[in-house]
Parts: sequence; C-alpha cells; structure tokens
Amino acid sequence: MSRYLPFRLRRVSLLMDKKAVALLGILLVLVAGVAVLSLGTGDMAIPPVEVVKALFGAGEGMHELVIRSFRLPRILLAVLAGMALAVSGAVLQGIIRNPLASPDLMGITGGASFAVVSFYTAFSDRANALTVSVQWLPLAAFLGAFLVGAVVYALAWKGGVTPLRLVLIGIGLTHAMQALTTIMIIFGPIYLATQVHIWTTGSVNGSNWNHVTTLLPWVLLLVAFVWIGARKLNVQELGEDIARGVGSRVQRERLLLLACSTALAGGAVAFAGGIGFVGLMAPHIGRRLVGPSYGALIPVSALIGGLLVMGADWIGRTAFSPLEVPAGVFTSAIGAPYFIYLLIRSRN
Amino acid sequence: MSAWIKTTRQKIAGLVLGGALVILFACCSVVYGYTEVGWKTALQSLTDFNGSKEHIIVLENRIPRALIGAAVGVSLAVAGALLQGLTRNPLASPDIFGINAGAGFFIVLSATFFSVSSIHQFAWLAFFGAILSTLIVYLLGAAGQGGLTPVKLTLAGASLWLLFASLTQGMLALNEKALEEVLFWLAGSVEGRKLEVLLAVLPYLAAGWLGALLLAGQMNVLLMGEDVAVSLGQRTVIVKILAGVVIALLAGGSVAVAGPVGFIGVVIPHIARGLVGMDQRWVIPYSALLGAILLLLADIGARYVIMPNEVPVGAMTALIGTPFFVYIARRGLSRL
Repeated sequence: MSRYLPFRLRRVSLLMDKKAVALLGILLVLVAGVAVLSLGTGDMAIPPVEVVKALFGAGEGMHELVIRSFRLPRILLAVLAGMALAVSGAVLQGIIRNPLASPDLMGITGGASFAVVSFYTAFSDRANALTVSVQWLPLAAFLGAFLVGAVVYALAWKGGVTPLRLVLIGIGLTHAMQALTTIMIIFGPIYLATQVHIWTTGSVNGSNWNHVTTLLPWVLLLVAFVWIGARKLNVQELGEDIARGVGSRVQRERLLLLACSTALAGGAVAFAGGIGFVGLMAPHIGRRLVGPSYGALIPVSALIGGLLVMGADWIGRTAFSPLEVPAGVFTSAIGAPYFIYLLIRSRN
Repeated sequence: MSAWIKTTRQKIAGLVLGGALVILFACCSVVYGYTEVGWKTALQSLTDFNGSKEHIIVLENRIPRALIGAAVGVSLAVAGALLQGLTRNPLASPDIFGINAGAGFFIVLSATFFSVSSIHQFAWLAFFGAILSTLIVYLLGAAGQGGLTPVKLTLAGASLWLLFASLTQGMLALNEKALEEVLFWLAGSVEGRKLEVLLAVLPYLAAGWLGALLLAGQMNVLLMGEDVAVSLGQRTVIVKILAGVVIALLAGGSVAVAGPVGFIGVVIPHIARGLVGMDQRWVIPYSALLGAILLLLADIGARYVIMPNEVPVGAMTALIGTPFFVYIARRGLSRL
C-alpha cells in the first residue's frame, strides 16, 4: 500500500501523504477546540458546552448575543487572516525557493499597510466615517501589496532574480513603506493614528460580520486556487531549468502564483493589519510536519496559520485584561526569535 | 574602491570645507522655514534680542533644531561607520539592525507604563535599549559556524527591527494618550525640541564621538580580519566591546533626542568611503561631517515638502535613503 493518497480530477491533481490527512483532521479539531475556548473567555466567561449550544442557536439569549455578535466574527477573522498569511508565505517560499521568504520581510505587508492607511485617510469624512464601502479595502490593500511586490521584484532583477537580493531589497522597501505610512498617519486626524497603530501591529479587535463576509470569499477562493495549483508550486520549487524541462510555463505560472500570494497577504492585512511572521512560521512548521509537497503543505500551513493568529488573539485579549494586546505583538514575539534561530541553524 | 581624494593635504582641505558646509547649512536651517526670518534678524536675535516673534522663533525653535539636527546627524553617521566596520557588512547601520528600534522600544515602554518623562531618564533607557540590541546583533554575528554571513546578519537585524517595531506599536495601541505624545517623535524628528534636551545627552554623544575617533586606528587593524588583528597583537575582544559601547552611546543618545531617524547610518559611511578610501581615521570624521550635512538638508527639505505642515525628518531620510539602500543591496554584500 502506498504512503501517498493521490487525488486526480482532470487537470487537478493533489498528492497527499496519508499521515497528512490524519494530521489535517487533528488540526481541524484543534482549531475548533481553541475557537470554542476562545469564544468562552472574556469579560463574560461562558463554559464550552454553553458556547457550542449558543453557536447552534440553543443557548441563553445573552450568551448568543455575546458569542454570535461580538466574539465569533473576531475569531473567524483571526482564523481567516492567519490562513491567508500562511498560504501567502508558503507560496512565496516556493516561488523564491527560499524558506526565509515571507510577506513581511519582503515589503508586501508594508505596501498593503501603506495602501490601507492611505485609504482611510483619503476616504474618511469629518465624522470619521468611511465615505466609500469597506469592501473596497481589500482591493486597496491588494494593490499596495502587489505594487510593492512588483517593485521589489523589478529592483532585484539583474539578469535574473536571486532570493537574497529579493529579501534585502524587500527590507529596504519595508523601511521606506513604514516611513510613508508614518507620514500618512501624521497627516490624518489623531483618532486615526490610534486606530491605525493598533491595526498596523495586527489586531482583529473590533471586527464585525461585514469584515468577515468580505474577507471570507477572498481567502477561500484564493486558497482553493493555490491548492489546485499545488502541482505547479512543486515544480517551481525544483528550479527554473527543471521546471521548464518538465513542461511548466515557468514565468507565467510564477507571476500567477505571486499574484495569488500578494492578494492573500493584502486581504489579511486589509482587515487584520500587519500580523508579523505568521507567513514565515506557519509554512515552516507545516514543512516539519508533512514534508515539502504542496498538496499537503498548503492546507496544513493554512490551519497552522489560523491557529497561530487565533491563539495570539486569544492570549492578547485575555492575559492582560482589561488591556487588549494586539495579536501581532505575540506573533512577532514568537516569530522573530524563531526566524533568527532558523538563520543560525541553516548552513551558510 | 579607489578614493576620490588621495593626498593628506586634500583630505584636510575636504574636512575644512565639510565643516564650513555644516555651519552654512546650520545657518540656513535657522533662517529658512515656514516663518522666514532673514539673515539679519537671525543675527540680531543673538546680539540684541527684542522679544519679537521672529526673535523668539530663532532662539527657542530654530537654533536648537539646527544644533540637534547636526548632532544627531554626526552621531548616527559615525555609529553607522563603526557598525559597518565591526560587522564588515555594507548594509549595517543602527536602524537596519534594530538598534534604534531597541532604544525607542525602551523609551516608549517607560513612557507608557512607568510614566517616565525626564530626558535624563529617557537617555539612560535609550542607552540600555541600544546596548541590549547591539549585544544581540553582536552575538548573532558570532553565532553559528564561523559567524553569520553578512546577508544573514542583515536578515537577523531586520527581524530584530520588526520585533521591536511591533512591540512598540503594540504598546502604543494600548495607550492612546502616550501615542499622541510620541507619534511625531517615533517617526524621527528634530522639531520642537528644547536645547536642554540636547544638552542633557551631549556629554554622552561627545564621549561617543571622541571614542570613535580614538578607536579609528584599531578599527583599521580589525578590518584586516580577525586573524590578522590577533596576530598583530590586538586584543580584538576589547576593541569590539568598546566599539559596541560607542555605537550604543551614539545611537541611544540620538534616539533619546530625535527618535529613530533612519538610513543616515547606512548611506553616509558609503559616501565617506567613496571619498577617502578605507582608512577609518578619515572615514569617521568625514562620516561625521557628511551626516550632519545630510540631516540638516533633510530637515530643511522636510519643512518645504508639504507647506505649511512638516514631514518628520526621519521620513525624509528614509525616502532619500531607500534608493541608496537598494543600490547597495544590488551591488552585493561581499564588498565593504
């Protein structure tokens, strides 16, 4: 009996380690479990059984209100943002063929942040309300992310792109984007500054159903699309020559995948802000668990990313109550040392 | 890299010219801005002060601003030159490696949670943060087999920066009032600081400048490589520790006064090396003067970009510095 579980349907084919399928199940249960725990904690503690009851509409009125209107959208958003960032990072690492790539070190998150802050500055009226629908926000974030991604790629081009040049130039542009964001914040009204600061650190505080329903299709479609293209990613990771040799239209596919990756990062940044290092950590942990084949790696890292952000949000919301620490603080606090550890461990 | 200026006499002449330019731009910084005071009025406010609006602006605002700009420019550029020599990495600088961010983090931490507000305490906290992050960078540089390569060290520094930036923002998110107070400072600004602020940290900065000049000769030896330096009888550990302390003094002091102003530390040492070659005894004084010139110019520019508002000077230097950073990154990190 083979170790792998193939799945083929016309042009779509996924190869999954059987272990990975079991692992996916475990991760799903974990995500659901943490979600229930997180839903139950806060100013009003609700036991897990009551949480589940409330979710299915059989709980007490008050419980249903708190869970369904306040806590559930925020937790769903955290999971979605984590999934988006994780898959974005996984794709980026595949294209660039370097495990150190991640949307935040490449300027992509920075570009999206700048775009979102500009969006808020440009389209806020005197009463601090948005003059256009919030549904345009992911588009703005995507444009910012994509523009910066394209600029980084173009600047790193010197008869080809080396991963390290890409990352170094990304660092430079990250700094530049931060400066631009600061300028925008200073021009905006001060209330905006607070909001934007919470948001650039990465926080899902204050999310509502509107945000969730905007982000949900964006993330699900893109993740599904990337997952279907997992075969192409596997080929990309073999390097340009081999990829071309096995019949891949390398440049076209690379561009398409890069667009998906920036779109995912942009979407996450638009609603959850710059939650750092998730795009780096989740695929790494995923690779440790299920190996490098993208058929399994994409869903596994997506779930790990969701778990990371949801967990960070849960801790930030409850550990220092009544203060709310943005989720991004925790992901950075774990992610930066982890990244440095990876740097030291990998061979020069 | 062949130097532009070759003979010692020309180098000295260059220093004099640089000094003159610093003074000229400092004067421009006093005169030009939203309220143009004119050269004559500026001089009068010093000789016979009459309490007019212009005179008050010159004395209370413009002169401190010019002096702080020059001092911060000198400090950051010298810190960058030392750090690039120490790590032999052309992208090393206190801001890219997270040293400025570390200093800023401790200031914001103390301002939000312990309501510290005196500049003396800020300065010490900034030194502490700067020393801590310099130490981390240094340990990272020595970690792994044969130390991290320049590229990896840069990446490690960048992630340190992201970490401190995120922690700082997280703290500000918790405290709206603190945010209003530190927002402009956090972007890097020399505007609206009192002269006392500069005077409070000046001793540390001056100690840093002097230390850098004294270390220059030893840095030359160190730049030949650790092995060569040891066989020449240098106690490399002590030199490195001293250089680290000087960098922390300069970066911490600058951050305490002006917030994290970026890119001066990356850009200036390159220009200085292009002018006078690798000899640190020249690179450091040239970096000092060029750093002051760049920061003064950036600060004057910051007043005109979006009149009547002002851009924080840190944002200006970031915008000027990014293309330069990209240029160095494209050229490759193997050469210093």
